[in-house]
Amino acid sequence: MTSHSGPPGQPDQPQPAERDAWLSVSARKNRRRRVVLADPRGRGRVLRTIIELEEQTSVGEKLIRDLIRQQLRTGLLLGGGTLLFLALLPVAFYLLPWLSDVQLLGVRLPWLLLGLLPFPLCYGVGYAYRGLAERHEQDFVSSVDR
Amino acid sequence: MIQTGWSLVLVGVMAVLTFLLGYVGSRRANTTPDFLVARRAVPATRNAAAISGEYLSAASFLGVAGLVLKDGIDALWYPIGFTAGYLAMMLFVAAPLRRSGAYTLPDFAEARLGSLRLRKFCTFFVICIGVLYLVPQLQSAGLTLNTITGLPPWLGVVVVIAIVAVNVLGGGMRAITLVQAFQYWGKLFAIAAPTFVLFVLFLGGPGNGAQPVDSSGVLRFPEDAKVTTVDEVRVRVDVAMELSATGVLNGSYADGSVYWRPGLYEVGAQTELRFTAGSPVPVVEGSPTSNHDWLRPQTDGLSGLFETYSLIFATFLGTMGLPHILVRFYTNPDGRAARRTALHVLYLLGLFYLFPTVLGVISRQYLPRLLVTGKTDTAVLLLPSTMQPNLLGQVLGAVVAAGAFAAFLSTSSGLVVSVAGVVSTDILPGKVRDFRWATVITGGLGIALALALPGADASLTVAMSFALAASTFCPLLLLGIWWRGLTWVGAMVGLVVGGGLVIGAQVVTVISSYTGKWAASVFSQPALVTVPVAFLTMIMISKLTARRRPEDVSRILLRLHAPDPLGFMQDRDVQRFGTAEEKARQDENKRRDDSASPPLS
Repeated sequence: MTSHSGPPGQPDQPQPAERDAWLSVSARKNRRRRVVLADPRGRGRVLRTIIELEEQTSVGEKLIRDLIRQQLRTGLLLGGGTLLFLALLPVAFYLLPWLSDVQLLGVRLPWLLLGLLPFPLCYGVGYAYRGLAERHEQDFVSSVDR
Repeated sequence: MIQTGWSLVLVGVMAVLTFLLGYVGSRRANTTPDFLVARRAVPATRNAAAISGEYLSAASFLGVAGLVLKDGIDALWYPIGFTAGYLAMMLFVAAPLRRSGAYTLPDFAEARLGSLRLRKFCTFFVICIGVLYLVPQLQSAGLTLNTITGLPPWLGVVVVIAIVAVNVLGGGMRAITLVQAFQYWGKLFAIAAPTFVLFVLFLGGPGNGAQPVDSSGVLRFPEDAKVTTVDEVRVRVDVAMELSATGVLNGSYADGSVYWRPGLYEVGAQTELRFTAGSPVPVVEGSPTSNHDWLRPQTDGLSGLFETYSLIFATFLGTMGLPHILVRFYTNPDGRAARRTALHVLYLLGLFYLFPTVLGVISRQYLPRLLVTGKTDTAVLLLPSTMQPNLLGQVLGAVVAAGAFAAFLSTSSGLVVSVAGVVSTDILPGKVRDFRWATVITGGLGIALALALPGADASLTVAMSFALAASTFCPLLLLGIWWRGLTWVGAMVGLVVGGGLVIGAQVVTVISSYTGKWAASVFSQPALVTVPVAFLTMIMISKLTARRRPEDVSRILLRLHAPDPLGFMQDRDVQRFGTAEEKARQDENKRRDDSASPPLS
C-alpha cells in the first residue's frame, strides 16, 4: 500500500473495498461502504465475474465452457497432428521400402527420421501449445476483467 | 573384471552424493505436504530436471541402447514414444491436474467423481503400475552390479532399495526433488561423455576390433569369442556354422565341437559357447539376424507393423497415467508452472535420447556376443572397456556405471514415494509415521518381486506398465478433465475392463513364454486394442448411468480450467478427504493466517 488511506491514528487498516471483497455477497449489501472511484486493480469488478463463474450463472457457465472447448481443440489439433505424423512413418516405411536406402549426409533417411527428428518436433509442438494455451487464458482473464 | 575398482568408486560417489543431497533437502521436512508434495514450491526448471531424472529409468539408460543393438531401427520407437507421451501429458493433463489440487491419483478420482469405491480401485491400479515399473529397475540394478563387479545380483537390488528408503524416510518428496534434479544432470553427463569419446574413436579407427560383415549382411565374430549364457535362450542360426560348447544344447548335454545347420537352437543356462573368428553370430529369437534387416525399418511384415503401432499407442497415452510422473506435477505452485515444467522436460528428454541410440549402433560393431545371450541391456556398460581395453575405457565404463546407478536410484525413489504416498493416505491413516511404514512395505514388496520374478529386458517390462497405465488412468484422466459426462460407475467399469485386459494379456504372454512362445504379438503389445476398449467402455457406461453424474461437475471443471490468476485453484480439499488431524491443523492455520495478516492473497 503506497498511500495512507485509513482514518488518522489507524495506519494499518486495509482498504474497505479490499476487506469487503472477502465478505459474502449478502453481507456486503448491508454494510456502509466507502466508494473508491479509481481503484487501479479493478479488483471488485473482477470479483463480481468470479462470483458469477462460481455460482454457475448462464454467463459464467458459457465463458468456462468456451475456454475448455478452445483449450481442448488446441490440444487435439497439436497432439493429433504430431501423432498422425509419427503414425504415418511406419506405414510409409512398410509400403515404400526404397525409403530405407535413401542416404542423407551419409546416414540412412529412416535413422534420421526416427533418431533425430521427433525430439525437436515434440519440443516445438509443446512450445507452440504453451504459447496458445497461455494466450487463451490471458484472453479469458481479460474478458472477465472487462 | 578390470574396471571393478573405478566403477565401485564412482558408484560409491554417486550413492554418497545422493545421500548427502537427500540429507540437505530433508533437514526441514516434517509435515505431510513436505513429504508428499515438497510444499508445492519447486521452481519450474528444477522440477523439470527432477521429472526427467525420475523418468529416465533403467529402460532409457540401458534398455534403449540394448534394444537398438538387438532390434535395430525399430527400437527407436521406444525413445520416441517416451518423449511423445510427455507431449500428450503436457497438452491434456499437466495444468488441469495441478489445478485440481489433489495429492495422488486416487485423490483426483475422488475429487472429480466423488466416489470412495472408485478411489479404492484407483489405489489398486496405482500400486500395480508402480510395482510393475519398480521391479525391472531393481532387476537392472542387480544386473549392472553383477556385470561390473561380479557381485551377486540380489545385492544390487537390496543396495538400491536401502539407499532409496533411507532418503525417502528422511525427507519424502522434498528430499528427492533435489536428488533427482542432480541425478538428471549426472545421467546426461554419464551417457554423453562416453558417447562423444567412443564416437570419435569409432570414426577414427575403423576395423579397430569391429566385426566384419559379409555381402549378405550376416554378422560375424571379429575374433575368437567365448560366450556363457545366463538364462536359457533360443537362438536362430541363418548360416551353417561350427562351434564348440560345454553345457546343455537342445535339451541334451554337449561337450566339444558342434555343427549347427540353419534353424532354431535351445541353449541351456550357464552353457559355454566358443566361436572362432569369422564364424556367424547366432542371434536370440525374435531379433533380426542380418544387418540388412537390422538397418531397415518395418521388415517384420504386418505383425511388426501392429507391434509398432501398439507401442506408439501405449507410450503416447501411457505416460500420463504413470503415478510417479503425475505426482511430480503436484509440486508445482500453479497450473501455468506445471505446463512450463512439462515443456522444459520435453527439451531435457530430447537432449538425452540422442545418446543411447548412438551407443546402440556402435555396440552392434563391437559387442555381437551379447546377441547370443540376449542380455543386451549390459551393452552400454561393456562398450567402453571393449572398445578401449585401457585406462580410458575403464574410466568411461565407470562413469557409465555410475550413471546407470543414478538411473535406478532416481526412478526407484520416485516410484517408492508415489506408491508409499498412496498406500499411506488410502490404506493407512495418512500421518508422517504411516508414510514411513508405507515406504518400508513398498520397498520390501519390490525386493521380493524383483528376486522372485524372471528377468526380462527392462524396456519390455516397462512397456507393459505403459500399456496398463494407458488402458486405465489415461481414459480416466482425459475423460475426467475434458468431458462433463463421466460418472463414477463408467470410470470404474472402464478401469476394470482396460486393466483386466492388459493384466490378462500379460498372464497369457508369461504362460506362452514358458510353453513354447505360441502367443501372438497382440498379447505382448496389447495397447492398440485395450486402450480404445477402455475408452469406449467408460463413455458407454457413463452415458447409461448419466443420472449419477456429480452435481457439482461444472464447479469442478471450472476449478480445473480457470486460469490461475482468478484464484480458483485449491489445494487438496481437506474438508472432504482430510483426516481429523489434518482438519484440526488446517483450522489452526486458518486462524493464525486470519489474525496475522490481512486476508488478501
